[in-house]
Amino acid sequence: MGRFNEVVLSLCDGFKVNCIIFVLTLAMAVPLGLIVTFGSMSNFKPLKWLSKTFVWIIRGTPLMLQLCVVLYAPGLLFDIPIRSRMTAVLIAFVINYAAYFSEIYRGGIESISRGQYEAGQVLGLTKTQVFFKVVLFQVIKRVIPAMGNEIITLVKDTSLARIVAVSEIIMCAERFTKQGLIWPLFSTGLFFLAFCGILTLLFGYIEKKLDYYKG
Amino acid sequence: MSILEVKNIHKSFGKTKVLQGVDFTMEQGEVLVILGSSGSGKTTLLRCLNFLETADKGKILVDGHLIFDADNKQKPTRAEIRERQLNFGLVFQSFNLFPQYSALENVTLAPKLLAKERADFKKNKAAIYDEIEKSAIALLDDVGLKDKMNNYPCELSGGQQQRVSIARAMAQDPKILFFDEPTSALDPELTGEVLKIIRSLAAEHKTMVIVTHEIEFARNVADKIVFMSEGVIVEQGAPEEVIDHPKQERTRAFLNKLSK
Ligand SMILES: Nc1ncnc2c1ncn2[C@@H]1O[C@H](COP(=O)(O)OP(=O)(O)OP(=O)(O)O)[C@@H](O)[C@H]1O
Ligand SMILES: [Mg+2]
Repeated sequence: MGRFNEVVLSLCDGFKVNCIIFVLTLAMAVPLGLIVTFGSMSNFKPLKWLSKTFVWIIRGTPLMLQLCVVLYAPGLLFDIPIRSRMTAVLIAFVINYAAYFSEIYRGGIESISRGQYEAGQVLGLTKTQVFFKVVLFQVIKRVIPAMGNEIITLVKDTSLARIVAVSEIIMCAERFTKQGLIWPLFSTGLFFLAFCGILTLLFGYIEKKLDYYKG
Repeated sequence: MSILEVKNIHKSFGKTKVLQGVDFTMEQGEVLVILGSSGSGKTTLLRCLNFLETADKGKILVDGHLIFDADNKQKPTRAEIRERQLNFGLVFQSFNLFPQYSALENVTLAPKLLAKERADFKKNKAAIYDEIEKSAIALLDDVGLKDKMNNYPCELSGGQQQRVSIARAMAQDPKILFFDEPTSALDPELTGEVLKIIRSLAAEHKTMVIVTHEIEFARNVADKIVFMSEGVIVEQGAPEEVIDHPKQERTRAFLNKLSK
């Protein structure tokens, strides 16, 4: 029984790390993604080009590789090594997810008909008011399903932190595997299942809330 | 003094010359109907007058004040843009209601945002909003939709949506209200209810510019008819003149095609 408790405590400790990565990544990537969207939709060509290249590189390479680059590149290239591996993980995750989110936002913004902007303009609204009072809410409604999908992927991606030896839940479980105990590794799946289950319910609830109008 | 003077408006999209010198004037309380075949530039003209497009050449004066001059390359300030925009209201063919807001909220949105710029807004916020809601409800009542004011656009028929959009345009109390084929997106049995609203506005001497293909409606609502073809005004005058005794060959051809 002592062993069981030890495993559970260790897995919980590990999953706490997954949760921290999840929450911090989400909190930073959601707004950063919007900035990237504005960049890639900008009329200023260099900025647009820069944003598009950024998105291409981030989406075109594995997150696992990006983790390694963020951890080692500063030390190797500029002689300023990243002290905290957790910081490296967060930087890589935020950049990666901001790129994905920005594409989702862009799709959402571009799906809003020009008539909505024009109706706002002829009513005397400023561009900012049109964006925040007319367009934004419609964009949110349209991106929620895709965002839900992406956010659930993020939950599971947090276990990639293991690559750079941040002791998230799978790494914790593997310590027991080395001692000949396999069930802790398998039971980590339950943590992910439970977390994603809650998120699924949450997004279902939000979608239902936003379903008061069509279009 | 004329309420609206439009002088020599030109507009091209790339190589296509859409407007090639449009001139007309309107008096306070007048209803002007624009007729013309598809592609003659009617929508483009309304869009230029409402600043959804920028005319390449020409001037627009409201009450004798120059509000647009294509030769003036100076960028207008935000306040100027808003001010000139508020002279006009536009009712779109496709309604363009805001789907996330109820009928009432669609009507109150712009006036409430505008009220925030009033000096006494902070002090009298509740009273100001109350006032705006009251007049919005009165406008919805005018278009026969008081009992639908809490419904969302997706819960309204096309005709009802268009009536809400008329109320929304009226809420800013524009000097001139423009309509671009307000009934073209509607099922035939729904056009009547929208035309009735426009007729009642005409009876109240609201200054309006209406683009329509409903010739009978044009005849009895218009004080003046303008016939456009290939980006210019070919003929203008009283409805009896232009519709019943057109002088120009192009006007005759258009009316013949329409009556067939
Ligand atoms: N944004 C645009 N870019 C390029 N061409 C345009 C644009 N808007 C309009 N045009 C062209 O301008 C011409 C006039 O169009 P406009 O919509 O003003 O005609 P209209 O008189 O309103 O026709 P309809 O009766 O079919 O509504 C058309 O040939 C159209 O293809
Ligand atoms: Mg048109």
